[in-house]
Amino acid sequence: MVQELFRLKETPSQTAGPYVHIGLTPNFLGIEGIYPSDLGSEMINENTKGERIDVKVRVFDGTGTPLRDVLVEIWQADANGIYNSPNDPRGNADPNFMGWGRKPADMETGEMVFRTIKPGRVPFNDGRLQAPHINFFIAARGINLALQTRMYFGDEEEANKQDPVLTRIEHQNRVPTLIAPREGNTYKFDIYLQGEKETIFFDL
Amino acid sequence: MKNSIPEVRGFFQRDRTWHPPSFAPGYRSTVVRSPRYAPISFPNTLSEVTGPVFGHSMLGELDNDLTVNYAKPGESAIGPRIVVYGRVLDENGRPVPNTLVEIWQANAGGRYRHKKDTYLAPLDPNFGGCGRTVTDEEGRYWFRTIQPGAYPWPNGVNDWRPAHIHFSVFGPGFVQRLISQFYFEGDPMIWKCPIVRTIPDERAIERLIAKLDMDATVPFDSRAYKFDIVLRGSNSTLFENRKEGN
Ligand SMILES: [Fe+3]
Repeated sequence: MVQELFRLKETPSQTAGPYVHIGLTPNFLGIEGIYPSDLGSEMINENTKGERIDVKVRVFDGTGTPLRDVLVEIWQADANGIYNSPNDPRGNADPNFMGWGRKPADMETGEMVFRTIKPGRVPFNDGRLQAPHINFFIAARGINLALQTRMYFGDEEEANKQDPVLTRIEHQNRVPTLIAPREGNTYKFDIYLQGEKETIFFDL
Repeated sequence: MKNSIPEVRGFFQRDRTWHPPSFAPGYRSTVVRSPRYAPISFPNTLSEVTGPVFGHSMLGELDNDLTVNYAKPGESAIGPRIVVYGRVLDENGRPVPNTLVEIWQANAGGRYRHKKDTYLAPLDPNFGGCGRTVTDEEGRYWFRTIQPGAYPWPNGVNDWRPAHIHFSVFGPGFVQRLISQFYFEGDPMIWKCPIVRTIPDERAIERLIAKLDMDATVPFDSRAYKFDIVLRGSNSTLFENRKEGN
């Protein structure tokens, strides 16, 4: 017999279900008094550095109906492109910006609005710069393993054209599914789980 | 060229045959919510290996005790009292310290405190249904709660969820983020559940079943269930003694 690797298997995923709010955004649901506020509901304060933006998100199912029970988390770099994480060896992230946000969809419209700052550019592994982007984690009833995707910025055409991730995608006609158009200070990111406009999801 | 390991070392590739597939028609909600195209992979960058950090200091004293964190003073939730404890490890078997674990569940009658839950079992005025904690230096966590009840749900005309507790875990890298549910040893409902059965491999399902641990039971107070959680491991910890978190 050969030796064992003694590696463990990851805990298998199960859907977050329709009642994910109870656990992750109880105050949104009216369950008050357990936590002072919902984690991740405010991303910036007055001292956060960077350009203020709103990211307006909706997630659509295969029939074109917005998900009203979805929960979305985002993770992004600060205005200088540094992550507020011990795993970013560059350090010196903006102490007034955690970079993480969590929002439940509006129960009528399915919309989520993240009030945040525009992230700086983060290097790819070969040293090239990635275009500014926000990392997404999407969980809901009917989603067995939370979905991973990225949002890029519609007004960063030059950077997007050279982005090491976007340029390696085989079907370039799908790249626009990751790019959120800008209107004023708002970026609108519509995510399609299925259909002609199906968003690119990643396995990272 | 230096013969060194590159700066960003990613997580082991996720075994997507171990997880439930996105399209699993036995669980009907997946049909219109499952992407049809294959997901796209690229090597982990700083965006994937970094993640948010939550300190112990954000925790309230009762955050991990669901029997009292929503109860009126002097009262507590109704139901079989249990302690759920275990460790958060990575695939290399290393503890994942200082990481946020959040849970939510139905009450002992199988009813959720949620606008959309209309099951006829009553709400418990002393039970909210959520709790959270942060693992210690050795990756350990524990909660006190009540054992939730089974409940019917709209799928087939007579589908019931086995008793379960939903959980959410972070880990130091954002792509380690995991949401799942655990079940209780010996429950015959587990194997009938269309959501459980979205997982193709029986051994994977067994990994979601918490084990009764009479040795950890608090006599005349709470029975104990042990449940360990494994997050993705990274190859950055294989060749050196640096702690997880790099
Ligand atoms: Fe449930």
